[in-house]
Amino acid sequence: MGGSELSRPVVKSGLWAAVITGLLAVLIVLGSRNLAHLDAALIGYLFASLFATFGLTYRYAMWLQRPPTAMYWRRGWHVFFRSGHLWRNTAEWFRRISRGFALNLFIWKRGRSRWAAHWLIMWGCILASAITFPLVFGWIHFETLPDNLEWYRAYVFGLPTFAFPVDSILGFITFHGLVWAAFLVIGGVMIAMRRRMREHGAAAVQEFGEDILPLLLLFAISVTGLMLTASYTWMKGYAFDFLAILHAITVIFTLLYLPFGKFFHIFQRPAQLGVAFYKDVGAAGAQAACRRCGEPFASRMQVEDLITVERQLGYQYELPNSAIEHYQWICPRCRRSMLAVAQGTLWESARAEESRASALTNAMDPAGFE
Amino acid sequence: MPVPEHLEFFIDPSRCIGCESCVQACSECDTHRGHSMIHLEYVERSRTTQTTPVICMHCDSPTCAEVCPADAIKRTEDGVVQSARKPRCIACSNCVLACPFGVPKMKSDLELMMKCDMCYDRSSVGKKPMCASVCPSQALFFGTREEIEQLRKRSAAVNRFRFGNQTVTTKVNMMVPRDTRPEYVDVAAAMEEDSLGGDIMLNVLST
Repeated sequence: MGGSELSRPVVKSGLWAAVITGLLAVLIVLGSRNLAHLDAALIGYLFASLFATFGLTYRYAMWLQRPPTAMYWRRGWHVFFRSGHLWRNTAEWFRRISRGFALNLFIWKRGRSRWAAHWLIMWGCILASAITFPLVFGWIHFETLPDNLEWYRAYVFGLPTFAFPVDSILGFITFHGLVWAAFLVIGGVMIAMRRRMREHGAAAVQEFGEDILPLLLLFAISVTGLMLTASYTWMKGYAFDFLAILHAITVIFTLLYLPFGKFFHIFQRPAQLGVAFYKDVGAAGAQAACRRCGEPFASRMQVEDLITVERQLGYQYELPNSAIEHYQWICPRCRRSMLAVAQGTLWESARAEESRASALTNAMDPAGFE
Repeated sequence: MPVPEHLEFFIDPSRCIGCESCVQACSECDTHRGHSMIHLEYVERSRTTQTTPVICMHCDSPTCAEVCPADAIKRTEDGVVQSARKPRCIACSNCVLACPFGVPKMKSDLELMMKCDMCYDRSSVGKKPMCASVCPSQALFFGTREEIEQLRKRSAAVNRFRFGNQTVTTKVNMMVPRDTRPEYVDVAAAMEEDSLGGDIMLNVLST
């Protein structure tokens, strides 16, 4: 690929990133009523969030432009919105969201401790994000009622919503939302770290930046957050400013890390849904039969799509002068067998050559004299 | 830790006796515990007793990784193509269908592709992968080039394979006749050949 071809996806991704980040900035201005409800103490978080949005969109757009990803992206939407299937697909979408995303059932099957760790961390992070980002963006704020200082009212996008007594169970639960999130995350991180420290297999393939750092970051955010609560609840604000800065550093670092590391899977993973619909359609449609053994082995649609993707990637699995046309039309089982056949053919040729040489020697020296 | 450079994998399907030791041992590996990643295939059961163990060949430019829409398959610097990263794999089966050697396995219930990673927990510290440590006929051999040359006087190692117009270079080597050593093993051309007869197993004695 030449330099100009390389730069096209980069430019396109940069533009998408700028547009989405700009859109978020506009929403922040609108939602916070011209920045009136922005919390000055959270400005660092705000800029880190904007940076993370830019980075995430850029990487997502780059990712979507890879030939196989682009193919599945198009196919996924296409099969989902097929006429006559939309209602069934929508119901199926909710079922898959519940089982796969809310309950993480596929991770349950991979391992109980893996599931527990992921489920706790995931819901902890969802809860924390649902509280933090609207607060940082100024989309939610709380005010005391003018006629009763013992009551708070929540404002969403500047619009008044429900009110509740400060000293109530609802108030306690609401104002300690990040504490509950921290408990969930810490529990999950502990299970995950235990597995990573004890499992020989995990230790062999894990990388610090990809597997350990995210856990350390989540742990640091949660613990420093809890220390803030402990400081103002039981220690009369002891070291609160220092802890606030420490907590901000951990959060901002994590936001900046979002587009680059393991957390990017949060944004990639929904592709699983599109693939599931694609596989449903493939299973119900025409099947590809192996052009060596004749057995069906995959959906014809997927095999044809793969041939397209491989060509886009520069692979040349075409078989010239063969009725098979492309190696993709051979089933995986036949491919495995053919490796042995190919080796056997080489040995048969070698032995035939040896026999010929031996026969020639005997013909030239029939009496066996030297 | 990377797999030491002086240690290489050499496969010799003609020596396979179909004992399935590799299949059993494979599932003992800690990186894919309980799941055997080896394929043990009967080449053409109606015509020959020939079997072949198939492990990942660890391609230099792995087609499985390139066609992965989720970017889940990574090749480490030592040339080992790792199993799909669990957080990323979306179980589309592209890798399973695209691998020219037919190696990756789709675990549909786990929504995860798994494949031979050369027993990375072992090979990365200089130990033999499980399959090579138990193979009684050394159809699967892990060691130095000097060792294999000493053991197989009539064989030479080749790590290039041809599939139509595509040449694939791999980390894993296949043993071929030394005298007529080809530049590459033409796998697709083998489709035109008759299936193997029983004489191939004699290579256990002669190579």
